[in-house]
Amino acid sequence: MTNLLTLTRMRVQLALRNKMFFFFSIVMPMGFFFLYSGVFAKGEPRVVAYLLGPVLALNVMGSFWGLSATLVMFREQGILRRFHVTPATATDMLVSSILANYVLTIPTIAVELFFARVIFHVPNLGNLTSLFMLVSIGTVSFGSLGLVIASITNTMQETQVLNQLLWLPLIFLSGATIPFTSLSKTVQQIALFLPATYLVHGLKNGIVNGFGPEKVLLPLGSLGVWFLLTLFLSSQLFRWEPEAKIGRRAKLLVAATAIPFVLLGLWEARYGRVVAEEQVTMQRVENSDKSDQPEKPKESPQSTDPSKLNNSKQHQ
Amino acid sequence: MPNPVLRVENLTKRYGDVEAVRGISFSVEEGEVFGLLGPNGAGKTTTIEILEGLRNADSGTVSVCGFDPQRNPDELKREIGAALQSTALPDKLRVMEALKLFASFYKRRRNPEDLLKRFGLEEKRNAFYSQLSGGQKQRLALAIALVNDPKVIFLDEPTAGLDPQVRREIYDVIEELRSDKKTIVLTTHYIEEAERLCDRVAIVDHGKVIVQGTPRELKQSSADKTRIEVRLAREEADEKLKLLEGVSDCRSLNGVYVLHCLRPPQAIVSLVKYLEAQNNELVGLEIATPSLEDVFIELTGRRLRD
Repeated sequence: MTNLLTLTRMRVQLALRNKMFFFFSIVMPMGFFFLYSGVFAKGEPRVVAYLLGPVLALNVMGSFWGLSATLVMFREQGILRRFHVTPATATDMLVSSILANYVLTIPTIAVELFFARVIFHVPNLGNLTSLFMLVSIGTVSFGSLGLVIASITNTMQETQVLNQLLWLPLIFLSGATIPFTSLSKTVQQIALFLPATYLVHGLKNGIVNGFGPEKVLLPLGSLGVWFLLTLFLSSQLFRWEPEAKIGRRAKLLVAATAIPFVLLGLWEARYGRVVAEEQVTMQRVENSDKSDQPEKPKESPQSTDPSKLNNSKQHQ
Repeated sequence: MPNPVLRVENLTKRYGDVEAVRGISFSVEEGEVFGLLGPNGAGKTTTIEILEGLRNADSGTVSVCGFDPQRNPDELKREIGAALQSTALPDKLRVMEALKLFASFYKRRRNPEDLLKRFGLEEKRNAFYSQLSGGQKQRLALAIALVNDPKVIFLDEPTAGLDPQVRREIYDVIEELRSDKKTIVLTTHYIEEAERLCDRVAIVDHGKVIVQGTPRELKQSSADKTRIEVRLAREEADEKLKLLEGVSDCRSLNGVYVLHCLRPPQAIVSLVKYLEAQNNELVGLEIATPSLEDVFIELTGRRLRD
């Protein structure tokens, strides 16, 4: 336990001294926040609230970049092997990086929520418990994805290529950049196989619809299972030595991390709950856009359009 | 040996087609500084990393502080300290933070302040690892190797890549540990390091121990105690020089004739006479007392750093 805490503290300290961290984990997410809220939403509180889910999701998902790159760098430079001759374990190394990333991500998220309220006058941040749980489980599960990426790539170059390959679909197909409802039917079906889609969807439901944790169980549960699976796999595939290369069988084993979302995607393709909910949420925002004047930003989303609220309940 | 703290028997390890270690055996007593001396690629690092629990052996028995590194790596790691080859710390980690971090992994630990003082790093306590010189990095590595007051300390090429001045600085530090009666296993390809620091040395080549003993024993076992290196105006046959009085062997190496002799004065006299008779001339002459390098050359026919 002590090992875990001291390693976590080291990782936090190192991140705070790293210019790259400042850029990728603070400047960029804040940039996205102001771009979405100020430019895309034109400062319109209800649209800002709708886009808050995607903005937070981008921030949360970015976790895998930093964690994979740092772990591979530590391995390549022979830093990990120095820890290998101490009683510190692979689990200590992995869990401490997830904890450090969590500790560093939450404040940015909190500041974004604070700015949404204060600068963009978002009347209601929805259900804060759901929001906190989704952000938490999202941060640790995408962080854990980074650890798996680090364990299946042999060099920093490979890591960065894989990061890019994953990042693009995660942001463009999940509703994090292009609204889910604007995606074509086919693309929506593909998106249903991505963990990012459920994260964005859950956050939107929590913020815009004010859904409590019991109504966002699908994203919470699927990301939770995914977290445990990726963490387990990364501990199994962990390599201390720079020259230890990953075998082909181990790479196949990693395909197992896709299982939860393959199953979920198939189930969703059949029942279409997420697609329906997304449409309802979008309609609510569009309708309230028309009915709400920017001068009256204080009304809560629940009170604006009871008929739509009923509508959304029917779809659950 | 009465009570070895470390024992290795018939250790083997292969990487694919390469047999890195081919049946190495030795043991180290408590309070002893033991050196594995050999050229690069001899299997020294593989051996020491098996002892540290970083690599698994293919066969053989290993016991360090009573633990088998393969079966009880966790127990073993609490008892040992190590300065590895090709390792680093994060660039932006400060010296004192590094010492405290590594100390936190152990129940038995030494005061980081004392270590900082002892290794002359007090002024660098707040410096980032990336701001340290090569010598300072190595001193920090040694300090970290001692944070748990280990029973056995492993030093893998502790002075490789350092300039001679800094190397001597590190020697002083290791000599201090030696006078504290610490058990140390070190690898090196520097003769000077092995002769100066080690109580006993095993010379390793091609994954095998070719000879072991105290540096003095090894040098004495080298039958021809003194070596005369001569340069001549014209070439001579090794065979002829070998037959001179007082000379027991002669090998020419890059134009230098190395005469191994039991009685150097006789050898020089007979050599000069012989050259006069042959109308040849002595261009250069050097007399060298035997070193571990000679022992190595004698046993392998190669120089240590070839």
